[in-house]
Amino acid sequence: MSGSLNRIYALVLRHIYLWRSSVMRLVDSIYWPAVQMVMWGFMTQYLLPQASFVAQAAGVLLSGLLLWEVVVRGNLSLSIAFLEEIWSRNLGHLFVSPIRSWELATGIIIAALLRTLLGMIPVSLLAWAFFGYSIYTLGLPLIAFFVILQMFSWSIGLAMSGLVMRVGQSAESFAWAAVFVLMPVSGVYYPVSVLPQWLQVIAWGLPPAYVFEGMRAIMADKVVHWDMLAIAFGLSVVYLVVGFQVFQWFFRSSRRAGSLLGQGE
Amino acid sequence: MPAAPSIAVQHLRKVYGEIVAVDDLSFSVPRGTVLGLLGGNGAGKTTTIAMLLGLLEPTGGSIGILGIDMLKRRYAALPRMNFSSPYVDLPHRLTVRQNLQFYGRLYGVKDLRHRIVEIAEHMQVAPFLDRAAGKLSAGQKTRVALAKALINKPDVLLLDEPTASLDPDTADWVRGYLESYQHETHSTILLASHNMGEVERLCDDVILLQAGKVFERGSPRELLERFGREDMEEVFLDMARGRGRGLDALKPDGGQP
Repeated sequence: MSGSLNRIYALVLRHIYLWRSSVMRLVDSIYWPAVQMVMWGFMTQYLLPQASFVAQAAGVLLSGLLLWEVVVRGNLSLSIAFLEEIWSRNLGHLFVSPIRSWELATGIIIAALLRTLLGMIPVSLLAWAFFGYSIYTLGLPLIAFFVILQMFSWSIGLAMSGLVMRVGQSAESFAWAAVFVLMPVSGVYYPVSVLPQWLQVIAWGLPPAYVFEGMRAIMADKVVHWDMLAIAFGLSVVYLVVGFQVFQWFFRSSRRAGSLLGQGE
Repeated sequence: MPAAPSIAVQHLRKVYGEIVAVDDLSFSVPRGTVLGLLGGNGAGKTTTIAMLLGLLEPTGGSIGILGIDMLKRRYAALPRMNFSSPYVDLPHRLTVRQNLQFYGRLYGVKDLRHRIVEIAEHMQVAPFLDRAAGKLSAGQKTRVALAKALINKPDVLLLDEPTASLDPDTADWVRGYLESYQHETHSTILLASHNMGEVERLCDDVILLQAGKVFERGSPRELLERFGREDMEEVFLDMARGRGRGLDALKPDGGQP
Protein backbone atom coordinates (compact mmCIF):
# COMPACT_ATOMS: atom_id res chain seq x y z
CA MET A 1 0.00 0.00 0.00
CA SER A 2 1.44 3.40 -0.92
CA GLY A 3 2.37 5.82 1.84
CA SER A 4 -0.59 8.13 1.29
CA LEU A 5 -3.13 5.31 1.15
CA ASN A 6 -1.62 3.75 4.24
CA ARG A 7 -1.92 7.00 6.19
CA ILE A 8 -5.49 7.62 5.03
CA TYR A 9 -6.37 4.04 5.96
CA ALA A 10 -4.75 4.55 9.38
CA LEU A 11 -6.91 7.57 10.02
CA VAL A 12 -10.12 5.80 8.99
CA LEU A 13 -9.14 2.79 11.09
CA ARG A 14 -8.54 5.11 14.06
CA HIS A 15 -12.18 6.26 13.83
CA ILE A 16 -13.49 2.73 13.46
CA TYR A 17 -11.57 1.77 16.61
CA LEU A 18 -13.12 4.75 18.35
CA TRP A 19 -16.67 3.82 17.32
CA ARG A 20 -16.11 0.24 18.44
CA SER A 21 -14.96 1.44 21.84
CA SER A 22 -17.85 3.87 22.24
CA VAL A 23 -21.06 2.97 20.40
CA MET A 24 -22.74 5.96 22.06
CA ARG A 25 -20.70 8.19 19.73
CA LEU A 26 -22.75 6.82 16.84
CA VAL A 27 -26.12 7.05 18.55
CA ASP A 28 -26.63 10.76 17.85
CA SER A 29 -26.11 10.03 14.13
CA ILE A 30 -29.33 8.03 14.24
CA TYR A 31 -31.20 9.66 17.12
CA TRP A 32 -31.77 13.19 15.78
CA PRO A 33 -32.60 12.23 12.19
CA ALA A 34 -35.00 9.60 13.57
CA VAL A 35 -36.77 12.13 15.80
CA GLN A 36 -37.08 14.57 12.88
CA MET A 37 -38.28 11.88 10.56
CA VAL A 38 -41.01 10.73 12.93
CA MET A 39 -42.20 14.31 13.50
CA TRP A 40 -42.32 15.19 9.80
CA GLY A 41 -43.87 11.83 9.02
CA PHE A 42 -46.83 12.59 11.24
CA MET A 43 -46.97 16.14 9.90
CA THR A 44 -47.23 14.71 6.38
CA GLN A 45 -50.04 12.40 7.43
CA TYR A 46 -51.87 15.37 8.93
CA LEU A 47 -51.41 17.49 5.77
CA LEU A 48 -52.29 14.75 3.29
CA PRO A 49 -56.07 15.29 3.24
CA GLN A 50 -55.73 19.08 3.46
CA ALA A 51 -53.04 20.08 0.95
CA SER A 52 -53.31 19.03 -2.67
CA PHE A 53 -49.55 19.46 -3.28
CA VAL A 54 -48.71 17.13 -0.41
CA ALA A 55 -51.39 14.70 -1.62
CA GLN A 56 -49.80 14.66 -5.08
CA ALA A 57 -46.38 13.96 -3.71
CA ALA A 58 -46.90 12.40 -0.34
CA GLY A 59 -43.20 11.89 0.37
CA VAL A 60 -42.04 15.40 -0.48
CA LEU A 61 -41.61 16.55 3.12
CA LEU A 62 -39.97 13.34 4.30
CA SER A 63 -37.67 13.33 1.28
CA GLY A 64 -36.73 16.94 1.98
CA LEU A 65 -36.08 16.07 5.59
CA LEU A 66 -33.99 12.99 4.83
CA LEU A 67 -31.92 14.73 2.18
CA TRP A 68 -31.37 17.77 4.40
CA GLU A 69 -30.20 15.40 7.13
CA VAL A 70 -27.60 14.16 4.64
CA VAL A 71 -26.20 17.72 4.63
CA VAL A 72 -26.44 18.13 8.41
CA ARG A 73 -24.98 14.72 9.21
CA GLY A 74 -22.23 15.10 6.62
CA ASN A 75 -21.12 18.38 8.16
CA LEU A 76 -21.42 17.12 11.74
CA SER A 77 -19.67 13.84 11.02
CA LEU A 78 -16.72 15.58 9.40
CA SER A 79 -16.47 18.21 12.13
CA ILE A 80 -16.65 15.55 14.84
CA ALA A 81 -14.00 13.43 13.10
CA PHE A 82 -11.65 16.41 13.28
CA LEU A 83 -12.73 17.55 16.74
CA GLU A 84 -12.01 14.07 18.12
CA GLU A 85 -8.31 14.89 17.65
CA ILE A 86 -8.72 18.11 19.61
CA TRP A 87 -10.83 16.50 22.34
CA SER A 88 -8.25 13.75 22.82
CA ARG A 89 -5.41 16.35 22.83
CA ASN A 90 -3.80 14.40 20.02
CA LEU A 91 -3.42 17.14 17.42
CA GLY A 92 0.25 17.72 18.26
CA HIS A 93 1.18 14.11 17.56
CA LEU A 94 -0.90 14.05 14.40
CA PHE A 95 0.58 17.18 12.86
CA VAL A 96 4.18 16.15 13.54
CA SER A 97 3.60 12.77 11.90
CA PRO A 98 4.17 12.44 8.15
CA ILE A 99 0.44 12.83 7.35
CA ARG A 100 -0.20 15.64 4.86
CA SER A 101 -3.18 18.02 5.01
CA TRP A 102 -4.92 16.47 2.02
CA GLU A 103 -4.46 12.99 3.48
CA LEU A 104 -5.90 14.18 6.78
CA ALA A 105 -8.85 15.77 4.95
CA THR A 106 -9.44 12.62 2.88
CA GLY A 107 -9.26 10.40 5.95
CA ILE A 108 -11.78 12.41 7.92
CA ILE A 109 -14.04 12.69 4.84
CA ILE A 110 -14.12 8.89 4.53
CA ALA A 111 -14.74 8.52 8.27
CA ALA A 112 -17.51 11.14 8.01
CA LEU A 113 -19.09 9.34 5.04
CA LEU A 114 -19.14 6.05 6.96
CA ARG A 115 -20.66 7.75 9.98
CA THR A 116 -23.32 9.46 7.86
CA LEU A 117 -24.24 6.19 6.16
CA LEU A 118 -24.38 4.43 9.53
CA GLY A 119 -26.90 7.05 10.63
CA MET A 120 -28.94 7.67 7.50
CA ILE A 121 -29.50 4.13 6.23
CA PRO A 122 -31.27 2.97 9.43
CA VAL A 123 -33.35 6.19 9.50
CA SER A 124 -34.43 5.76 5.87
CA LEU A 125 -35.49 2.22 6.73
CA LEU A 126 -37.41 3.53 9.74
CA ALA A 127 -39.29 5.93 7.44
CA TRP A 128 -40.34 2.96 5.36
CA ALA A 129 -41.32 0.95 8.44
CA PHE A 130 -43.28 3.77 10.15
CA PHE A 131 -44.89 5.56 7.23
CA GLY A 132 -44.53 3.15 4.32
CA TYR A 133 -42.38 5.74 2.56
CA SER A 134 -39.17 4.70 0.84
CA ILE A 135 -36.78 7.42 -0.27
CA TYR A 136 -35.22 4.78 -2.51
CA THR A 137 -38.18 5.25 -4.89
CA LEU A 138 -36.31 8.35 -6.07
CA GLY A 139 -34.18 5.83 -7.94
CA LEU A 140 -30.82 6.54 -9.54
CA PRO A 141 -30.94 10.32 -8.98
CA LEU A 142 -30.91 9.61 -5.24
CA ILE A 143 -27.26 8.57 -5.57
CA ALA A 144 -26.50 11.85 -7.35
CA PHE A 145 -28.43 13.81 -4.67
CA PHE A 146 -26.49 12.03 -1.92
CA VAL A 147 -23.09 12.60 -3.53
CA ILE A 148 -23.77 16.30 -4.22
CA LEU A 149 -25.10 16.99 -0.73
CA GLN A 150 -22.27 15.08 0.94
CA MET A 151 -19.62 16.98 -1.01
CA PHE A 152 -21.26 20.27 -0.12
CA SER A 153 -21.50 19.34 3.57
CA TRP A 154 -17.82 18.29 3.64
CA SER A 155 -16.82 21.66 2.23
CA ILE A 156 -18.54 23.39 5.15
CA GLY A 157 -17.14 20.85 7.61
CA LEU A 158 -13.59 21.38 6.37
CA ALA A 159 -13.89 25.16 6.59
CA MET A 160 -15.38 24.96 10.09
CA SER A 161 -12.73 22.46 11.25
CA GLY A 162 -10.09 24.89 10.04
CA LEU A 163 -11.77 27.66 11.99
CA VAL A 164 -11.78 25.57 15.20
CA MET A 165 -8.12 24.67 14.61
CA ARG A 166 -7.22 28.34 14.29
CA VAL A 167 -9.51 29.93 16.91
CA GLY A 168 -9.88 27.06 19.37
CA GLN A 169 -12.74 25.11 20.86
CA SER A 170 -14.69 28.31 21.51
CA ALA A 171 -15.58 28.17 17.80
CA GLU A 172 -17.05 24.67 18.11
CA SER A 173 -20.62 25.92 18.03
CA PHE A 174 -19.98 27.31 14.52
CA ALA A 175 -19.08 23.82 13.41
CA TRP A 176 -22.51 22.60 14.50
CA ALA A 177 -24.57 25.60 13.42
CA ALA A 178 -22.98 26.81 10.17
CA VAL A 179 -25.02 24.58 7.93
CA PHE A 180 -28.38 25.70 9.36
CA VAL A 181 -27.77 29.27 8.16
CA LEU A 182 -28.11 27.92 4.63
CA MET A 183 -31.29 25.96 5.23
CA PRO A 184 -33.78 28.79 4.53
CA VAL A 185 -32.19 29.46 1.13
CA SER A 186 -31.71 25.84 0.14
CA GLY A 187 -35.33 25.18 -0.83
CA VAL A 188 -35.57 22.16 1.45
CA TYR A 189 -39.34 22.27 2.06
CA TYR A 190 -40.46 24.95 -0.42
CA PRO A 191 -39.47 25.98 -3.95
CA VAL A 192 -36.73 28.55 -4.44
CA SER A 193 -39.28 30.68 -6.34
CA VAL A 194 -41.00 31.66 -3.07
CA LEU A 195 -37.85 33.48 -1.92
CA PRO A 196 -37.33 37.19 -2.63
CA GLN A 197 -35.38 37.78 -5.82
CA TRP A 198 -32.09 38.62 -4.08
CA LEU A 199 -32.27 35.48 -1.97
CA GLN A 200 -32.97 33.42 -5.08
CA VAL A 201 -29.65 34.60 -6.47
CA ILE A 202 -27.94 33.26 -3.34
CA ALA A 203 -29.97 30.04 -3.44
CA TRP A 204 -28.92 29.23 -7.01
CA GLY A 205 -25.32 29.61 -5.93
CA LEU A 206 -25.78 26.69 -3.52
CA PRO A 207 -25.85 23.04 -4.67
CA PRO A 208 -28.68 21.98 -2.29
CA ALA A 209 -31.19 24.28 -4.06
CA TYR A 210 -30.74 22.27 -7.28
CA VAL A 211 -31.03 18.99 -5.41
CA PHE A 212 -34.28 19.89 -3.64
CA GLU A 213 -35.83 21.38 -6.76
CA GLY A 214 -34.76 18.24 -8.61
CA MET A 215 -36.26 16.06 -5.91
CA ARG A 216 -39.63 17.84 -6.13
CA ALA A 217 -39.58 17.59 -9.94
CA ILE A 218 -39.15 13.83 -9.71
CA MET A 219 -41.88 13.45 -7.12
CA ALA A 220 -44.43 15.87 -8.58
CA ASP A 221 -43.76 15.69 -12.33
CA LYS A 222 -41.81 12.40 -12.64
CA VAL A 223 -39.06 14.33 -14.45
CA VAL A 224 -35.33 14.08 -13.76
CA HIS A 225 -33.50 17.35 -14.44
CA TRP A 226 -30.05 15.98 -15.18
CA ASP A 227 -28.89 19.43 -16.30
CA MET A 228 -29.63 20.84 -12.85
CA LEU A 229 -27.85 17.93 -11.23
CA ALA A 230 -24.82 18.54 -13.42
CA ILE A 231 -24.71 22.20 -12.31
CA ALA A 232 -25.12 21.14 -8.68
CA PHE A 233 -22.30 18.59 -9.01
CA GLY A 234 -20.02 21.19 -10.57
CA LEU A 235 -20.82 23.65 -7.80
CA SER A 236 -20.17 20.99 -5.15
CA VAL A 237 -16.75 20.28 -6.60
CA VAL A 238 -15.97 24.00 -6.48
CA TYR A 239 -17.22 24.26 -2.87
CA LEU A 240 -15.17 21.21 -1.84
CA VAL A 241 -12.00 22.64 -3.36
CA VAL A 242 -12.69 25.99 -1.69
CA GLY A 243 -13.48 24.25 1.63
CA PHE A 244 -10.14 22.41 1.50
CA GLN A 245 -8.30 25.62 0.61
CA VAL A 246 -9.92 27.36 3.58
CA PHE A 247 -8.83 24.45 5.81
CA GLN A 248 -5.28 24.77 4.42
CA TRP A 249 -5.31 28.51 4.94
CA PHE A 250 -6.35 28.08 8.58
CA PHE A 251 -3.67 25.39 9.00
CA ARG A 252 -0.94 27.70 7.71
CA SER A 253 -2.29 30.55 9.80
CA SER A 254 -2.32 28.25 12.89
CA ARG A 255 1.29 27.29 12.25
CA ARG A 256 2.26 30.94 12.11
CA ALA A 257 0.27 31.95 15.19
CA GLY A 258 1.23 28.91 17.28
CA SER A 259 -2.38 27.89 17.88
CA LEU A 260 -1.59 24.25 17.00
CA LEU A 261 0.49 24.15 20.18
CA GLY A 262 -2.44 25.27 22.29
CA GLN A 263 -4.81 22.84 20.57
CA GLY A 264 -2.46 19.93 20.93
CA GLU A 265 -1.70 20.43 24.57
CA MET B 1 34.48 15.42 4.87
CA PRO B 2 32.59 15.55 8.19
CA ALA B 3 29.04 14.17 8.22
CA ALA B 4 26.24 16.75 8.16
CA PRO B 5 24.77 17.35 11.61
CA SER B 6 21.42 15.73 12.38
CA ILE B 7 20.01 19.09 13.40
CA ALA B 8 21.28 22.41 12.04
CA VAL B 9 19.54 25.57 13.20
CA GLN B 10 20.60 28.98 11.88
CA HIS B 11 19.42 32.35 13.19
CA LEU B 12 16.07 30.92 14.26
CA ARG B 13 13.59 33.53 15.38
CA LYS B 14 9.95 33.47 16.49
CA VAL B 15 8.03 36.62 17.24
CA TYR B 16 4.44 36.87 18.46
CA GLY B 17 3.45 40.50 18.04
CA GLU B 18 5.68 42.35 20.50
CA ILE B 19 6.97 39.20 22.17
CA VAL B 20 10.21 37.63 20.97
CA ALA B 21 9.94 33.97 21.98
CA VAL B 22 13.10 32.78 20.23
CA ASP B 23 15.78 35.27 19.24
CA ASP B 24 18.52 34.48 16.72
CA LEU B 25 19.10 30.91 17.91
CA SER B 26 21.83 28.96 16.12
CA PHE B 27 23.09 25.52 17.00
CA SER B 28 23.83 22.17 15.47
CA VAL B 29 23.62 18.66 16.86
CA PRO B 30 26.04 16.04 15.48
CA ARG B 31 24.62 12.63 14.60
CA GLY B 32 24.46 10.20 17.48
CA THR B 33 24.60 12.77 20.26
CA VAL B 34 22.16 14.02 22.87
CA LEU B 35 21.57 17.74 23.22
CA GLY B 36 19.78 19.13 26.23
CA LEU B 37 17.78 22.34 26.05
CA LEU B 38 17.64 23.88 29.48
CA GLY B 39 15.82 26.97 30.54
CA GLY B 40 13.15 28.34 32.81
CA ASN B 41 9.49 28.52 31.90
CA GLY B 42 9.08 30.71 28.84
CA ALA B 43 12.75 30.45 27.88
CA GLY B 44 11.80 29.17 24.43
CA LYS B 45 12.41 25.41 24.75
CA THR B 46 8.97 24.23 23.65
CA THR B 47 8.79 26.92 20.96
CA THR B 48 12.12 25.72 19.58
CA ILE B 49 11.02 22.07 19.58
CA ALA B 50 7.71 23.01 17.92
CA MET B 51 9.60 24.82 15.15
CA LEU B 52 11.95 21.86 14.67
CA LEU B 53 8.91 19.61 14.26
CA GLY B 54 7.16 21.98 11.87
CA LEU B 55 4.30 22.57 14.27
CA LEU B 56 5.18 26.23 14.38
CA GLU B 57 6.42 28.41 11.53
CA PRO B 58 9.51 30.44 12.38
CA THR B 59 9.52 34.19 11.80
CA GLY B 60 13.03 33.85 10.42
CA GLY B 61 16.03 31.56 10.15
CA SER B 62 16.52 28.07 8.85
CA ILE B 63 16.16 24.53 10.17
CA GLY B 64 17.86 21.51 8.64
CA ILE B 65 17.17 18.03 9.92
CA LEU B 66 19.12 15.09 8.52
CA GLY B 67 20.24 17.45 5.78
CA ILE B 68 16.64 18.30 4.81
CA ASP B 69 15.33 21.87 4.79
CA MET B 70 12.40 21.65 7.23
CA LEU B 71 10.82 24.85 6.01
CA LYS B 72 10.55 23.54 2.45
CA ARG B 73 10.54 19.74 2.65
CA ARG B 74 9.42 18.79 6.15
CA TYR B 75 7.49 15.74 4.92
CA ALA B 76 10.75 14.22 3.68
CA ALA B 77 12.21 14.38 7.19
CA LEU B 78 9.16 13.62 9.37
CA PRO B 79 9.13 9.82 8.77
CA ARG B 80 12.65 9.70 10.25
CA MET B 81 11.75 11.78 13.30
CA ASN B 82 9.46 11.36 16.26
CA PHE B 83 8.40 13.21 19.35
CA SER B 84 7.10 12.70 22.84
CA SER B 85 5.69 15.12 25.36
CA PRO B 86 3.65 14.59 28.51
CA TYR B 87 1.53 17.56 27.40
CA VAL B 88 0.31 15.92 24.21
CA ASP B 89 -1.87 12.86 24.69
CA LEU B 90 -2.57 9.82 22.60
CA PRO B 91 -6.22 9.08 21.77
CA HIS B 92 -7.36 7.87 25.17
CA ARG B 93 -10.25 5.67 24.04
CA LEU B 94 -8.04 3.63 21.77
CA THR B 95 -6.14 0.74 23.29
CA VAL B 96 -2.36 0.87 23.47
CA ARG B 97 -2.15 -1.60 20.59
CA GLN B 98 -4.58 0.45 18.46
CA ASN B 99 -2.57 3.61 19.15
CA LEU B 100 0.65 1.90 18.12
CA GLN B 101 -1.05 0.51 15.00
CA PHE B 102 -2.36 3.98 14.14
CA TYR B 103 0.96 5.73 14.52
CA GLY B 104 2.91 2.82 13.07
CA ARG B 105 0.86 3.14 9.89
CA LEU B 106 1.22 6.92 9.82
CA TYR B 107 5.00 6.53 10.01
CA GLY B 108 5.02 3.73 7.42
CA VAL B 109 6.57 1.15 9.76
CA LYS B 110 7.37 -2.14 7.98
CA ASP B 111 6.25 -5.39 9.62
CA LEU B 112 4.21 -3.38 12.08
CA ARG B 113 2.78 -6.34 13.98
CA HIS B 114 6.28 -7.54 14.87
CA ARG B 115 7.47 -4.04 15.69
CA ILE B 116 4.58 -3.50 18.12
CA VAL B 117 5.42 -6.72 19.96
CA GLU B 118 9.08 -5.73 20.05
CA ILE B 119 8.59 -2.17 21.29
CA ALA B 120 5.92 -3.31 23.77
CA GLU B 121 8.44 -5.70 25.30
CA HIS B 122 11.19 -3.08 25.38
CA MET B 123 8.96 -0.50 26.99
CA GLN B 124 7.30 -3.06 29.29
CA VAL B 125 3.83 -2.22 28.04
CA ALA B 126 2.98 -5.71 26.74
CA PRO B 127 0.72 -6.61 29.71
CA PHE B 128 -1.63 -3.72 28.93
CA LEU B 129 -1.50 -3.60 25.14
CA ASP B 130 -5.25 -4.14 24.97
CA ARG B 131 -6.16 -1.61 27.65
CA ALA B 132 -7.49 1.86 26.75
CA ALA B 133 -4.67 4.42 26.80
CA GLY B 134 -6.79 6.75 28.95
CA LYS B 135 -7.03 4.18 31.75
CA LEU B 136 -3.30 3.87 32.35
CA SER B 137 -1.28 5.34 35.22
CA ALA B 138 1.04 8.30 34.55
CA GLY B 139 4.07 6.02 34.42
CA GLN B 140 2.37 3.60 32.04
CA LYS B 141 1.23 6.49 29.82
CA THR B 142 4.79 7.79 29.64
CA ARG B 143 6.07 4.37 28.58
CA VAL B 144 3.31 4.13 25.95
CA ALA B 145 4.13 7.64 24.70
CA LEU B 146 7.78 6.59 24.38
CA ALA B 147 6.73 3.40 22.58
CA LYS B 148 4.85 5.62 20.10
CA ALA B 149 7.87 7.92 19.81
CA LEU B 150 10.16 4.96 19.05
CA ILE B 151 7.76 2.97 16.86
CA ASN B 152 9.53 4.10 13.67
CA LYS B 153 13.06 3.80 15.15
CA PRO B 154 13.62 7.53 14.55
CA ASP B 155 17.00 8.91 13.59
CA VAL B 156 16.05 12.13 15.37
CA LEU B 157 14.03 12.00 18.56
CA LEU B 158 12.65 15.14 20.19
CA LEU B 159 11.61 14.80 23.81
CA ASP B 160 9.86 17.51 25.78
CA GLU B 161 10.23 16.80 29.50
CA PRO B 162 10.12 13.01 29.10
CA THR B 163 10.06 12.32 32.83
CA ALA B 164 7.78 15.13 34.04
CA SER B 165 5.35 14.00 36.74
CA LEU B 166 6.90 10.54 37.05
CA ASP B 167 7.95 8.94 40.32
CA PRO B 168 11.74 8.66 40.76
CA ASP B 169 11.78 4.94 40.03
CA THR B 170 9.88 5.23 36.74
CA ALA B 171 11.84 8.34 35.76
CA ASP B 172 15.09 6.48 36.37
CA TRP B 173 13.87 3.57 34.25
CA VAL B 174 12.94 5.92 31.40
CA ARG B 175 16.36 7.60 31.52
CA GLY B 176 18.07 4.22 31.54
CA TYR B 177 16.07 3.10 28.55
CA LEU B 178 16.78 6.27 26.58
CA GLU B 179 20.47 5.90 27.37
CA SER B 180 20.65 2.34 26.09
CA TYR B 181 18.44 3.11 23.06
CA GLN B 182 20.70 5.97 22.06
CA HIS B 183 23.86 3.90 22.47
CA GLU B 184 22.43 1.03 20.44
CA THR B 185 20.94 3.03 17.59
CA HIS B 186 23.28 6.08 17.51
CA SER B 187 20.19 8.20 17.05
CA THR B 188 20.22 11.90 17.79
CA ILE B 189 18.15 13.11 20.70
CA LEU B 190 17.11 16.62 21.58
CA LEU B 191 15.82 16.80 25.09
CA ALA B 192 14.07 19.69 26.80
CA SER B 193 13.95 19.22 30.52
CA HIS B 194 13.71 20.89 33.87
CA ASN B 195 15.39 17.95 35.53
CA MET B 196 19.07 18.75 35.96
CA GLY B 197 20.06 15.25 37.00
CA GLU B 198 18.50 13.94 33.82
CA VAL B 199 20.42 16.43 31.71
CA GLU B 200 23.70 15.59 33.41
CA ARG B 201 23.13 11.89 32.92
CA LEU B 202 21.88 11.85 29.34
CA CYS B 203 23.29 14.84 27.49
CA ASP B 204 26.58 15.17 25.64
CA ASP B 205 25.94 18.83 25.15
CA VAL B 206 23.68 21.39 26.80
CA ILE B 207 22.27 24.71 25.67
CA LEU B 208 21.11 27.02 28.41
CA LEU B 209 18.31 29.17 27.05
CA GLN B 210 17.19 32.42 28.53
CA ALA B 211 14.57 34.72 27.00
CA GLY B 212 14.85 32.85 23.71
CA LYS B 213 18.62 33.28 23.41
CA VAL B 214 21.56 30.97 23.99
CA PHE B 215 22.88 31.87 27.41
CA GLU B 216 25.61 29.24 27.56
CA ARG B 217 26.54 26.09 25.74
CA GLY B 218 28.82 23.19 26.57
CA SER B 219 28.99 19.68 27.91
CA PRO B 220 27.63 19.28 31.45
CA ARG B 221 31.23 18.95 32.68
CA GLU B 222 32.30 22.14 30.88
CA LEU B 223 29.35 24.06 32.25
CA LEU B 224 30.06 22.90 35.79
CA GLU B 225 33.68 24.06 35.44
CA ARG B 226 32.71 27.34 33.80
CA PHE B 227 30.21 28.19 36.52
CA GLY B 228 32.40 26.74 39.26
CA ARG B 229 29.54 24.58 40.50
CA GLU B 230 29.02 21.04 41.74
CA ASP B 231 25.88 20.19 39.81
CA MET B 232 23.67 21.43 36.99
CA GLU B 233 20.94 22.56 39.34
CA GLU B 234 23.31 25.19 40.74
CA VAL B 235 24.27 26.18 37.20
CA PHE B 236 20.61 26.57 36.34
CA LEU B 237 19.99 28.70 39.43
CA ASP B 238 22.97 30.90 38.54
CA MET B 239 21.45 31.51 35.14
CA ALA B 240 17.93 32.03 36.47
CA ARG B 241 19.08 34.44 39.20
CA GLY B 242 21.53 36.35 37.05
CA ARG B 243 24.75 35.07 38.57
CA GLY B 244 27.80 33.61 36.87
CA ARG B 245 29.91 34.16 33.81
CA GLY B 246 27.27 33.32 31.29
CA LEU B 247 25.16 36.32 32.21
CA ASP B 248 28.17 38.61 32.27
CA ALA B 249 29.07 37.57 28.77
CA LEU B 250 25.62 38.59 27.58
CA LYS B 251 25.91 42.08 29.01
CA PRO B 252 26.82 44.80 26.50
CA ASP B 253 30.00 45.61 28.41
CA GLY B 254 30.92 41.94 28.76
CA GLY B 255 30.37 42.12 32.49
CA GLN B 256 33.22 44.59 33.14
CA PRO B 257 32.84 46.80 36.18
